[in-house]
Order: sequence, then C-alpha cells, then structure tokens
Amino acid sequence: MVDKSIEHFECGHRACGGCGAATAVRMILKGAGENVIVVSPTGCLEVFSTPYPETAWKVPWIHSLFENAAAVASGIEASLKRQGRSEKVLVIGGDGATVDIGMLCLSGAFERNHNITYICYDNEAYMNTGIQRSGATPFDASTSTSPAGSCSMGNKHSKKDVPAILAAHGSPYVATASLSYPADLMKKVETAVNTPGATYIQIHTPCCTGWGFDGDQTVAVGKLAIETGLWVNYEMVNGVVRKAKKVKRKPVEEYLSVQKRFRHLFKPKKNEEEIAKIQAIADANAAKFGIDI
Amino acid sequence: MKEIIEGSYAVAEAVRLCRPQVISAYPITPQTHIVEALASMVADCKLDAEYICVESEFSALSACIGASTAGSRTYSATTSQGLALMYEVCFNAAGMRLPIVMTIANRAMSAPLSIWNDQQDSISLRDSGWIQLYAEDNQEALDLHLLAYRICEDHEILLPAFVCFDGFILSHTYEPVDMPSQEEVDAYLPAFNPYQRLDAKDPISFGMYATPDYYMEFRYENQRAMLRTKKKIIEYGTLFKEQFGRDYSGLIEGYKLEDAEIALVAMGSICGTVKDAIDEMRNDGIKVGLLKIRCFRPFPEEEIAAALAHVRTVAILDKNVSLGSKGAVGLEIKDALYGSSIAVYDYILGLGGRDIRKKDIRAITKLAEQGSGDMFYGLREELL
Repeated sequence: MVDKSIEHFECGHRACGGCGAATAVRMILKGAGENVIVVSPTGCLEVFSTPYPETAWKVPWIHSLFENAAAVASGIEASLKRQGRSEKVLVIGGDGATVDIGMLCLSGAFERNHNITYICYDNEAYMNTGIQRSGATPFDASTSTSPAGSCSMGNKHSKKDVPAILAAHGSPYVATASLSYPADLMKKVETAVNTPGATYIQIHTPCCTGWGFDGDQTVAVGKLAIETGLWVNYEMVNGVVRKAKKVKRKPVEEYLSVQKRFRHLFKPKKNEEEIAKIQAIADANAAKFGIDI
Repeated sequence: MKEIIEGSYAVAEAVRLCRPQVISAYPITPQTHIVEALASMVADCKLDAEYICVESEFSALSACIGASTAGSRTYSATTSQGLALMYEVCFNAAGMRLPIVMTIANRAMSAPLSIWNDQQDSISLRDSGWIQLYAEDNQEALDLHLLAYRICEDHEILLPAFVCFDGFILSHTYEPVDMPSQEEVDAYLPAFNPYQRLDAKDPISFGMYATPDYYMEFRYENQRAMLRTKKKIIEYGTLFKEQFGRDYSGLIEGYKLEDAEIALVAMGSICGTVKDAIDEMRNDGIKVGLLKIRCFRPFPEEEIAAALAHVRTVAILDKNVSLGSKGAVGLEIKDALYGSSIAVYDYILGLGGRDIRKKDIRAITKLAEQGSGDMFYGLREELL
C-alpha cells in the first residue's frame, strides 16, 4: 500500500479553478506512489504544470511531443530494465494525445506490452487549444470545431472506444474511472502500476471551462455522468469486463442540462429527438455493462 | 583486424563495439542490414542491449528520447522517408540535449519514390540541431560512430549526431575495414555518464515549455554547444588518431588542394571518385584538388574559407537541392567565401542514384573553368 497522504503534485500550478484534470493527477500520483517516472504529452496538463523554470511535479517527469508519449515511455521502460531499476513508468495524457494523434505510438507500446501504465485524462476535447472536438468528444457536444448551429447538432460521432481497442491488444488490465470517485480511481491506479505489462486507465475528468459549468460543480458533473450511464466505471482483466459500477440511473437530461456544450438541446426549445438519441447511448451502455440496479 | 565486410555490417559492428544499452529501430531500405545485424547480435547474446522493434520511425526516435533521458546509451538508424517521419522528433531530441547517435544510410526523398542514393534526407534536417558527419568509405563510416558517441556524450556538448553514409554505394558494398577490438573501443569510449537523468531518487522535470522570456536563450545555448563541437571533433579526432592511427581530427580534408587552382567540394562516397578523377586531371596538367567536408553540422565555415583562400575557382558537387534555390552545400560555401574574388559554382548531381563517373567530374571541372555553373548536371535532355 502506498501512503496516500503524500502529495506528489504541488499546488500553485496554472490550471483553471475546478480543473478536473488537475484533481485527477493528484489522485493518480497518490495511487501510483513516489517510485514512478511520469511522461506527459503536450496538452493542458503539460502546459499548466511546467512553465519553465517552474514545475508542479515532485516525481521525475518528461514531456517530449504531442503524439509520442507511449513511445517515450517504451524507451524509458527499456532503459530502466537494462539498468535493473525499479521505477514504474506512468503516462498521463489528455484524450487528444491519446485517442487521436498518439494512437500509433499507443498501439505499438501495447502490442509490445511494455511494462507501463498509460492514463488518459479524458476531458472530451482539445481544451488546451480552445475546445476543439477529439475522437473522445461525445455525440452532440458543441465544440469550437463541431459547433451546434442552425443545421448542426454539434459533434456527429460517438466516443472512440479506446479501452476496448487496448484490451484487444491483449492488455492485462484496462479500466475506466472518474475523478468523482477518488477511492476507486486511486485503487485502480495502484492495481494498474502493479500489474506487469501495458495497462490502461481512462479517467473521466470534467472540464468546467470547456464544457461550460461552474468550477465548484466539477465533482457533481462527474457524478451525473456515472449516474446517467453516459460514463461507466469498469475494469477489464485480460479482456473480460468485471466490476462495472452499478447505479440507479437518472435520465441523461440531468447531466446534459447543466453543461453549456449541450445547451442547444434545450434552447431555444427542448429537442426531444436528439436527447432520445443520447438516452439510447446511455441505455446501450447500461445493457452492455449491466449497470442497472 | 582487417576484414572484408559489407558497409552495413561494418556499421553494425561499430555500434556493437560502442555498447548501446537501448536500440530502437524500424526497417527501411537501404538501412535494413544494419538493424537486422544488430537484432541478430542481440538474439545471439553478442550484444547486451534492449532492442525495441517499434511500429514506425517516429516511435523509433521517440523511444530513444525516453531511453536516453532515463540514462542509457541509445542508437537508431534510418534513411529518407523514415528520417522525414522523425522530423519533429529530431528537433525535440536536439533541444532536449540528448546524445543519441543515429546512422543515416542516405537516400533520395519521394516523390517520385526512389530507394537510391542522394543526400537530400539528412541535408533537409540541417536546421534540426543534430551534428552531421559524412563518411567517404566504410572504414570512415565505422570509425565515425565511435567518434560520434565520444563527442555527443561530452558534457560540454550533449547533442545528438547523424553518421551519414551513402545508401547502397557504401551500405551494400564490401570493402576491407580495420575492425577495432572491444578493448580498444572501451579504451576510447567510456561508459555512458548522463549529465542528468529521470530518477525517482532525484526528481527533475524534462521538456518543460518556455515562454518568450526564456525560449531564445535555450536556442542560443543549443547553438553554442553546436559551435563548441568543432573543437571537440579536433580533440577527440586527435585522440582517435593516437589510438587507432586514422586521422579524423579535421572537420574537412584536402586532397591535392595545397597548390590547386580549381577546388572541387564534396561530401560522402563521391569523394573517392573525385580523387581518382583528380589524379587523371593532374596527369593532364590541370591543377585541381578536392575539399572534402566530413562535418556538415556544425558547418566549418572558417576552416573552408582558409582552405580555399588560394584557389581561383570552386565547384561544389551537391547531391541535394533546396528547391527554388541551390544545393545546400553550395549555399554554405558561397556564404563562407563571401567577399572573396573566387568564382564559385554549384552543381546538382547524382540525385536518386544517378551514377557519377570520373568523366562527369572532369566535365564539371571543365564547366567551372569555363564559368558555367549553378545548374543540374547530367540531365537527360530527351526526357524534359
């Protein structure tokens, strides 16, 4: 067991007040412990935590490029192995760097099954560059490159299922988590870093700036995602789903209506047809993972 | 010990003797024989290294960045399209001051696709912050790997290096080489001693971003390290000569240049052909010599200006072209000789594996004497 009272991510960084990613990183590092080397691709986290000559990282940390974190981690792991060192190698990157531009390096690292843990903090768009859509942006979310308009309902596609893709690579441990459930998150990180091979966790990290809600509502919004079935917390061990968090589901409206990115579904008038499509996504999640109580 | 060996295998042996701890590579013609040979050495326990079979050249160099930052000596090899795919990673490795050594088996750039030799690939990375060394033959290719690691890992340098040798012309050619022993190489190249490394016992942040208040100084420090490399090449080249008997203490080399009126300037395997052509032309009474550039980055501007000060005419043989301008070497030479009265002509030749023969060197010498240059040489006019 690692001592979860120790902070490895210093306060005073430049994240927005209420930033889900910053909160998640604190928990990730508590779960991973201090014997760790962290790799971060370019993104919000890298920028708000390391403006030279300041750093928020109290563990060794490296940023190389946007799309190569998994490859850099592969090299670190090989290097440590060759030197007989014991540090865990942990990637913490955003969804754009993970599910879009970094997919090639990610696939390679998982196919080679390096002893690394890759954690994606999923805030469902390119926040650092101004809230453009990524492959992790949910259906109908309005972003700056998938804006809702007079003939558009926002993002036309559903989230890319990267946990399933990495499980299909043979990963021994794939999990999803939410910053709103810190004990579960930290336990999953601890499990992932102590599981030999390439392991993956995708963490739902609401972004108050990008999604449009007050910074004191981050945890509440994250909970609503779980409670509506639009985000499911589960583990996949050797490709088999287990421990999906069960909920007494609420209608998706309760999650959608508190975020500006879905405002076009409610104003100028409520769009029942579009909301039904999103409810169908939640229903499919519930059926797939058996989360209904 | 003298061996007759293919160029790629000579390079692979040189790399093995340098004891890399992490090798990360992706296959691409004509570099493949090097990484295949290294894979065999690892498989046969003749080389104790981690060998990462990555899924792209982009990842090959990215993994080297991770491995090097974590404190291991690293190696990769590539060419042409593979090097182009590494473009972003090359700048990053240099900016992070990582002493990675990478062999470039020089090859033309697509389109059209060509697997054959010219030097467009590495030349196009001239601004990336990598030391660039060019080998004339396989002995030099082998030796430059030892020299490159020695220079790059010096704590006053901490830069990555390309060791460039012409694809197929050298990589797939058997030549006798003097293969040093492990003991000799160990005596020349000490174990890797990283200046800083990723280490949980001493946490450091690497690769932080820089605001306009800091960025320029990072670039200037990079430039200064590159310029310091010149004296390190002389220092470690001299050390190499003392130990192995072969002299790489100069960034450039002259051949019959002292009394030459016409100087040909070239890099890489073409220098052998040029030397033979010079011998013939000398027999005909033409006072011609060669200035061979071994180190293209840092560019030996002052050394070249001094070596060419006495000549009347300079003809540069460029196996690359900066489209819309001239050959890259030509541009640099013209800059180095700015203000002199020397006539300087650039010739683009040998692109995509077009053969360069002694008679071509003679013809170019004649063109330069006649004052005709800054042109593609050897075009098939009937195709145009």
